[in-house]
Amino acid sequence: MSAPHVTGIGLLAPTGMGVEQYWSATLAGACGIGKVTRFDTAGYPAVLAGEVDGFEAREHLSSRMLPQTDHMTRMALVASDWALADAGVKPDELPDFAAGVVTASSAGGFEFGHRELEALWSKGSDHVSAYQSFAWFYAVNTGQISIRQGLRGPGGVVVTEQSGGLDVLAMARRRLRDGAELMLAGGVDSGLCPWGWVAQIASDRLSYRDDPARAYLPFDTDATGFVPGEGGAILVVENDVRPGARSYGTIAGHASTFDPPAGSGRPGTLRRAIENALADAGADAAEVDVVFADAAGVPELDRAEAVAITEVFGPVPVTAPKAGVGRLYSGGASLDVVAALLAIRDEVVPPTPNVARLAPGIDLDLVVGRPRHKKIRTALVVARGYGGYNSAVVLRAS
Amino acid sequence: MMTLAELVAIIRECAGDSDVADLDGDVLDVSFEDLGYDSLAMLEAAGQTQRRYAVTLVDDAVVEARTPREFLTLVNGELTRVG
Repeated sequence: MSAPHVTGIGLLAPTGMGVEQYWSATLAGACGIGKVTRFDTAGYPAVLAGEVDGFEAREHLSSRMLPQTDHMTRMALVASDWALADAGVKPDELPDFAAGVVTASSAGGFEFGHRELEALWSKGSDHVSAYQSFAWFYAVNTGQISIRQGLRGPGGVVVTEQSGGLDVLAMARRRLRDGAELMLAGGVDSGLCPWGWVAQIASDRLSYRDDPARAYLPFDTDATGFVPGEGGAILVVENDVRPGARSYGTIAGHASTFDPPAGSGRPGTLRRAIENALADAGADAAEVDVVFADAAGVPELDRAEAVAITEVFGPVPVTAPKAGVGRLYSGGASLDVVAALLAIRDEVVPPTPNVARLAPGIDLDLVVGRPRHKKIRTALVVARGYGGYNSAVVLRAS
Repeated sequence: MMTLAELVAIIRECAGDSDVADLDGDVLDVSFEDLGYDSLAMLEAAGQTQRRYAVTLVDDAVVEARTPREFLTLVNGELTRVG
């Protein structure tokens, strides 16, 4: 079965809105992490985030959309506009039901839900917006994108935390194999509100540092947790490249695994996810030119990932550009897929910002400091989701 | 009594300005559907109306009010009824 092509990209990231702005910042090793501005973090142990700066929803969306959408849905809608424009696709010219949308979500419209819960408890149930019925919901981005773009084909949502940004590509691939012509697929997320913040702090994986350059240091000897971010990417995925269109690369393989429960004594299954993705792509480990790591920023998780990568590949260039934007939940792996496709396009591995000294026991060829130029035919992207999700995707040059 | 201008202001506030019609025009007998508002938008507007005018509107009655005139008749009927 032929591998589907990525033919369009739309993204919003803490280091830039749109593909080229993000990519030039990523190659420069820019850091988009800073003090949280969306709400007052006084009293919370975590104070940094990767916020998407300069996004004014009303510049892109109609007045009708604003009362019914969470911040992350607004970004997802704009990303879907940009992805289709980038692919040169006008959805209304496609046959009815030929195109669909699948998105990943980790927590739904948290900020919207926060506001409505606040209204509920402070003012009463008659002050809760009718739009709360869907605006908070995990599947809301799929629904709103589908309505906005007129995509009446297959729809769906995957909720596998950070892994979702990869799992959603597998879902899109299945729908294409089932006969869809085009799928929009990706994740865009944001939970930068007090309620979302409390939920994230509960994971016990956040960095409590206040220096943006020293807070999220995956694989570093000074790693102490991660910084949350917002944003993500929506991709146009098609079986064939239309005449005159471009392919960024193909989704050659995917696999996902689920870890045994903590305390079971059984090993994690990340390595198997990587090996199964390679098998799905029909690729040998030696073919992989670069690995985009999940890069948890939590020492024991970093070690586990480094061991899995080393066991499968031996020496291979590894990078984690997300160190410059934070972990974007369902948006993170989608953004990494974009970075990997652009790495293939431009034959360059972007660096891992801020990381300088690898922790003991982490024997990786981590690309740091500056980009590394090399021909890239095959890239592997790894993503792990809180709660035991592991996924890997193999991307190939067209 | 609630006026058309007040209803339009509430709709804009709760559900955003219309993409397809000028709400400052002659919209009294234009259906909410043709003005670009679905039933959820009208439930949202009805919620705000209830809070601002201290009336109780039954959801089914709100959904059945298809035009601004019918919506105003519903609200003002309630206002008159409860005095």
